[in-house]
Amino acid sequence: MRKSTLCLSLLGALLALFAAMLLHAQSVQAQAVFQRQSSAALVSSLGLTDLCLFTEARYTRHPAMADRHAAFQDHPMGMDHFPSGSLVTPPTFPRPHARAHPAIPQHP
Amino acid sequence: MRAPIQRYRNILDFALSSLLRRKGRNLALICVYTLVVFVLASLIFFVQALKREARELLAQAPDMVVQRMVAGRHDPMPAAQAEAIRGIRGVEAVQPRLWGYYYDPVFGGNLTVMATEDAALAADSVWIGQGVARSMRVKEGDLITLRGYAGLPTLFAVQKILAEDSELVSSDLVLMAPKEVQALFNLPDGLATDLAVTAGNPRELPTIAAKIVEQFPDARPILKAEILRTYEAIFDWRGGLMVVVLGSAILSFIIFAWDKATGLSAEERKEIGILKSIGWESADVLLLKFWEGSVVSLTAFLAGVLLAYAHVFFFSATLFEHALKGWSVLFPRYRLVPVLDGYQLTVLFFLTVLPYTAATLVPCWRAATVDPDAAMRS
Amino acid sequence: MIELAQVVKTYQAGLATPFTAVAGVTLTIPDGKLTVLKGPSGSGKTTLLTLIGCMARPTSGRIHLHGLPAGTLPHLAAGDPLEITSLPERFLTAIRRRTFGFIFQQFNLIRGISVLENVTLPTYPTGEDHRSVEARAVERLESLGLARHIRGSVDRLSGGEAQRVAIARALINDPAVIIADEPTAHLDSRLSEDFMALMGQFEAAGKTLLIASHDPIVYGSPLADLVIEMRDGRIVAGP
Repeated sequence: MRKSTLCLSLLGALLALFAAMLLHAQSVQAQAVFQRQSSAALVSSLGLTDLCLFTEARYTRHPAMADRHAAFQDHPMGMDHFPSGSLVTPPTFPRPHARAHPAIPQHP
Repeated sequence: MRAPIQRYRNILDFALSSLLRRKGRNLALICVYTLVVFVLASLIFFVQALKREARELLAQAPDMVVQRMVAGRHDPMPAAQAEAIRGIRGVEAVQPRLWGYYYDPVFGGNLTVMATEDAALAADSVWIGQGVARSMRVKEGDLITLRGYAGLPTLFAVQKILAEDSELVSSDLVLMAPKEVQALFNLPDGLATDLAVTAGNPRELPTIAAKIVEQFPDARPILKAEILRTYEAIFDWRGGLMVVVLGSAILSFIIFAWDKATGLSAEERKEIGILKSIGWESADVLLLKFWEGSVVSLTAFLAGVLLAYAHVFFFSATLFEHALKGWSVLFPRYRLVPVLDGYQLTVLFFLTVLPYTAATLVPCWRAATVDPDAAMRS
Repeated sequence: MIELAQVVKTYQAGLATPFTAVAGVTLTIPDGKLTVLKGPSGSGKTTLLTLIGCMARPTSGRIHLHGLPAGTLPHLAAGDPLEITSLPERFLTAIRRRTFGFIFQQFNLIRGISVLENVTLPTYPTGEDHRSVEARAVERLESLGLARHIRGSVDRLSGGEAQRVAIARALINDPAVIIADEPTAHLDSRLSEDFMALMGQFEAAGKTLLIASHDPIVYGSPLADLVIEMRDGRIVAGP
């Protein structure tokens, strides 16, 4: 077989897949309303304001609700997102109630 | 009509033979190229899909959330303020929300505990999100222990695990009766975390917000438009940290491709001379180089985009998991609804395919216009 | 028949160091004969070949080609003489492709690809059907005793084999004129004799042959119908 035949069929196959991808996206889009139903129900019944994407801190869990500059106060091991966080280490007992939970890993 | 097509195919044949001469090098190039397109396209798909989900789902969010600020931080507020706010003209309903964060020392992750008035929720029971169930390794009917802020552990029965489809909003949720939220967090009666306000006419929201701030100077109203804007801003990929990281990868690839494509070696120059001397025109030589460049870049572009599509929408962007997970222990898994943005794809195409093809073509321009006798004189 | 009238080729004309490679050559090359351009290196032989072969344009002077097949250029009837020095590059390429076959001193094969591809390369831009071209190339290669190398890479050929591949390539478009520049420079005496014998076959087949060489095996050969001696861009001895 000629090399060009092989190459053109490969490119053709890729293009066909590309077209299939576009069609797939279109058809899934159409069904997405159903897929979102249970989420939408929760959002409206609980009055949710945020997507659950990053759970490490309130700043990331509820970005729309967090007070500005209040990042990473919650997780005892949470690193600060400001450069100063690399200078100021968390205290040995990060939070008062943490003392009651020896399971919490302590910062060295 | 056949002759021009044959010409294209013949020259493509030679372009492929020419590429195959440096098989390893060109394969490596295609692989790296595909990888760059793959990562970029994955990022675009992922971010576009999340933006879309945020827009669609948060359309149901409360019109406005009113928080109370104490010493610069968000603090619980008297639920009675709801009454006062309900009295403001244009406000249709005010719903106090009671929620908070619970750090679970056993699996080391943060949960969002939220009160619900749902009548279907049994006493001493909770509904939990898929992520919580996964982290705690519990199923419906199991018991979980949460240690209250008063120091006492409380036992809850897992009555229901929230639907998998809803994981994007509910992964870390623990829903329980308001009384139990108060007991868990040791909150006095009559406090709410914040108030969800519904307006009769969404256009009046800014006016209502102004009136609330006037009446309660320590209140911080957050409009739905602001919530949506927050999400637009988070997922604006140009502002993302990943782009900074990727930027260097892309730059090094550009340097590599530039070096490869523009460095017309003496060998290549000689070959062009030979082709000219055996009857190829400048246009034929340029077509050859065009094929060489576009076969590589088109293959890489299509393969990269297709792989990215599969990665993001069929495998839930598993490769990004580590980057996105950050420090969180509880990581939601969600199936994203594909969104293909023609504009973004076009930009990606122009950013990847065109520069490479141009970088292969342009340096040949001069070489292709040499006199055919150059090969004889050398 | 190829007629040259007062042909001059100056390189770097207008610059500080102009160099005149061909200085006023008037010459007629007969059809179906073997013509040898003889002379030391630097005498302008190669430049003259490039001018005749439509690879470069003379600085001044006229070159007429007679007996071009009809259809070489649009509106060209069979037998009309064609003045080539004023034609644009596109037409020169078209004429070169159909009329001339070149055998270069360095063979000028493209490294790394197969013998068959090297031989068929000149036909690629014409858009001729791939299959018939390949069949023709295989036939040419077989007649030159290269059958077992057809699919192999040109990198593995000996000097004599590489030249025969170059000859097969020169013949692929069935040209009326074969131009060879120092064809025996990289061959030993036996291979040089073989080469001349091959040229004799082509002459017998009716081709016009034009060879530039300072090798006595070539210009001293009984096959050479016409020997033109050049020096410093001028003809010093000839018909």
